[in-house]
Amino acid sequence: MSKDDQILEEFTSKEYEHGWTVDIDSDQAPKGLNEDIIRFISAKKEEPQWLLDWRLDAFRVWSKMQEPHWANVTFPSINYQDIIYYSAPKQKVQSKSLDEVDPELLETFKKLGISLEEQKRLTGVAVDAVIDSVSVATTFKDKLGELGIIFCSFSEAVKEHPELVKKYLGSVVPVSDNYYAALNSAVFSDGSFCYIPKGVRCPMELSTYFRINAANTGQFERTLIVAEDNSYVSYLEGCTAPMRDENQLHAAVVEIYVKADAEVKYSTVQNWYPGDKNGKGGIYNLVTKRGICAGNNAKLSWTQVETGSAVTWKYPSCILKGDNSSGEFYSVAVTNNYQQADTGTKMIHIGRNTKSRIVSKGVSAGYSQNSYRGQVYVMKRATGARNFSQCDSLLMGNKCGAHTFPYIDIENKSSMVEHEATTSKIGEDQIFYCTQRGIDEESAVALIVNGYCKEVLNQLPMEFAVEAQKLLALTLEGSVG
Amino acid sequence: MSNASKPDNQIDQLSKKFDQFETMLNGSKGSIHETRKAAIAHFLKNGFPTSKNEEYKYTDLDKAVSKTIDFSLEPNASEFGASELEFGKIKDLDAYELVFVNGQYQTEQSSVPNLDGVIITDFKEALSSDSDVIKNHYSKYASFEKDELVALNTGFSINGSVIRIKKNQTIDKPIVLRYINSVVNDQTQNHPRNLIVAEESSSASVIEIYGDVGDHVSFTNEVTEIVIAENSQLDHYKLQLNSNKAFYTGTTQVMQASSSRFRSYTFTVAGSIIRNNLNVDQDGEGCETHMYGLYLLNGNSHVDNHTTVDHKKPNSYSNELYKGILDDKSKGVFNGKIYVRPEAQKTNAFQSNKNILLTVNAIVNSKPLLEIWADDVKCSHGCTTGQLDEEALFYMQARGLSKDSARSLLLYAFATEVLETVEIEPVKAYLEKIISDRLH
Repeated sequence: MSKDDQILEEFTSKEYEHGWTVDIDSDQAPKGLNEDIIRFISAKKEEPQWLLDWRLDAFRVWSKMQEPHWANVTFPSINYQDIIYYSAPKQKVQSKSLDEVDPELLETFKKLGISLEEQKRLTGVAVDAVIDSVSVATTFKDKLGELGIIFCSFSEAVKEHPELVKKYLGSVVPVSDNYYAALNSAVFSDGSFCYIPKGVRCPMELSTYFRINAANTGQFERTLIVAEDNSYVSYLEGCTAPMRDENQLHAAVVEIYVKADAEVKYSTVQNWYPGDKNGKGGIYNLVTKRGICAGNNAKLSWTQVETGSAVTWKYPSCILKGDNSSGEFYSVAVTNNYQQADTGTKMIHIGRNTKSRIVSKGVSAGYSQNSYRGQVYVMKRATGARNFSQCDSLLMGNKCGAHTFPYIDIENKSSMVEHEATTSKIGEDQIFYCTQRGIDEESAVALIVNGYCKEVLNQLPMEFAVEAQKLLALTLEGSVG
Repeated sequence: MSNASKPDNQIDQLSKKFDQFETMLNGSKGSIHETRKAAIAHFLKNGFPTSKNEEYKYTDLDKAVSKTIDFSLEPNASEFGASELEFGKIKDLDAYELVFVNGQYQTEQSSVPNLDGVIITDFKEALSSDSDVIKNHYSKYASFEKDELVALNTGFSINGSVIRIKKNQTIDKPIVLRYINSVVNDQTQNHPRNLIVAEESSSASVIEIYGDVGDHVSFTNEVTEIVIAENSQLDHYKLQLNSNKAFYTGTTQVMQASSSRFRSYTFTVAGSIIRNNLNVDQDGEGCETHMYGLYLLNGNSHVDNHTTVDHKKPNSYSNELYKGILDDKSKGVFNGKIYVRPEAQKTNAFQSNKNILLTVNAIVNSKPLLEIWADDVKCSHGCTTGQLDEEALFYMQARGLSKDSARSLLLYAFATEVLETVEIEPVKAYLEKIISDRLH
């Protein structure tokens, strides 16, 4: 196809849409990491002593750990002393309503396309927006408060609900879990906290927007979601970052604690800056996400659409501890240019009759490398466990790679575990079928890819699904197989 | 075990053993001795692979071997009875055969006529006659730098077989290589080395048989290098009839040229620790590779099958089917890798691993990997682990079959998918008998 080069050219010259920076005066910590920096962060946030101790503990554990290198990604080693670990937009008093929020901040969100007012009025989505570590405004708080739902920034939760934070912090992802989780535990600056009381069904989708703004700052958020017995919540997370030449580190931790009969849905659309067409710059997204189905009949579902980041290292996992609990993982990972993604999940079956389902769709184009890495572990006592995994990869062009690394460890005879994976390209006959019917080649690719990812996109809440579809088409524009 | 040995002693023992081996070779070291020395140096430096090595994550050979194997033992008696010499002989199979007991070539038992189309010799003889096959192919494919077990074998390579199938020849009978460990009196250790070269447009079948006679522990570390030239076809069987005390590690390294076909069959029925590495390099266009495996385990058996297919050129095909039935406290490990290099467009590669667990103590670790850099390909893998279908069992019981016979019938049917790919009738019948005896 002669058109290929031309289209590819067109596509690769496509600039990152969200690449701009806004000058907001920010309050920064000096570069580097040591116990004093941690004390500085803790003091800035007016944290209680127990949390400072917890951070210091994490720092000591981290200092003894080695950076992991097993993932199928390569990037220059990170100098952890060359990062600013705390950067807060300057703001004197905590704002009570949107009107009091710095107008420049609001402008930032407008550019992102998530005007808070708009969102508040039109979509009924409660947004907790996080720019560079500090949560600036949380909408719909009062409305949620009536139901007893707590949805606030992490630092606020530390002040107002210390007993809850203390009880659940680190209960799913312990300090010593892995290198990046330990780092996060030591220096996390802010994040979201969400608590759904017993028997409450959260009436709206809760949403957080992450955005890395100041140059040279790593972002370390911490999200903690606790769903009490028989409750329900759907939680959305979206991320963007402006264009920066140097790679920025993002090492977040998400913990989800699901009790008996409760259900949590966690959806992410991630489009951090992926670097330019030569693989320069971009975000290192090294994230630990894990949830536990602690009670019987608990349900946890992860949905992710990963289109951004130069390097992604992310394995949202489910610990299925309660009997009859179930875990789901739906993922679309799209990589282009020099992006590298190593993502997947872990399903750990501990309780009886636990079920898990994994659907992973990878699309690689350009010079990118896309890997699925997942584990299904059925423990001895997990009688009647059931798993189904499906990992499909789509390749566009012959410079990219698609890799599958599934680990299937079964220690129980009554379990049924199935794994399937396929790799292929878009069929010429499929494209021909579309072009013959007057759909141009580019739209045909978008159409086919969207159809290919549909199983996952269908899991997303409506607002996100639209955005995700747009992102997919955008990321793959022109990369006709 | 005669004397308890500490873990680090294994290396010392093998180091001394190599010195002895060199003395024994005396003047007849042959052209390959420099390779041996380099290989053993590599092994002594690194030792047996431990579970920290990702490739040996589920099979810690260092731990297993250090507990059980005493490498300081001298090779035992050279007199063997019929039980050793006849073990593993397949009834009604008309074949050319090389027989080895404890690594020693048994001239009397072997039947290698002088043929035009094929040269079949034991490794020692090929070395002393300075054969071109060894010169051109020995240690060219199985790299001792990449695997410690290959290094250990290369260091001690003296016993084994060299087969050269000449251009345009089709060999009328299968070639059997039978390696028997006599462990009646004490442990034994062997390092068989095979080299199979199929020249252009030739065709042959080679059957390797491994077994133990006696109640002691055996240690076999085998390496087979296979070269398949253009338009040639080779079928390669491995029948592992070892005892439940056997330690067996084997590497089969295959190099395929354009339009060649390679079929591999691996049957494992017992063993304390069995580790099979099967690596196929498709270095030409239009290659075809089939890999079949069946493992039936009970007791504390541990079987680890690692396979790799590397598609380097366009228009090739590979298909893999490994099945396992695990009883008692046995453990089955499967690791299959498919690489499709950027150049290897239009590749079709399929891989499947299916397991049945019969008890709560049996364990399966399966890791099917795909690494693909070319876009115009069709690749898939599948992996299932489960138990017998309750409904199928009930269906048969409702029609008057006892639960046991219904169960063995279903298991037999499960195994048949692999079994029926065997084309040599007497081999198939022989395996059928072993399997049905085990399942009833």
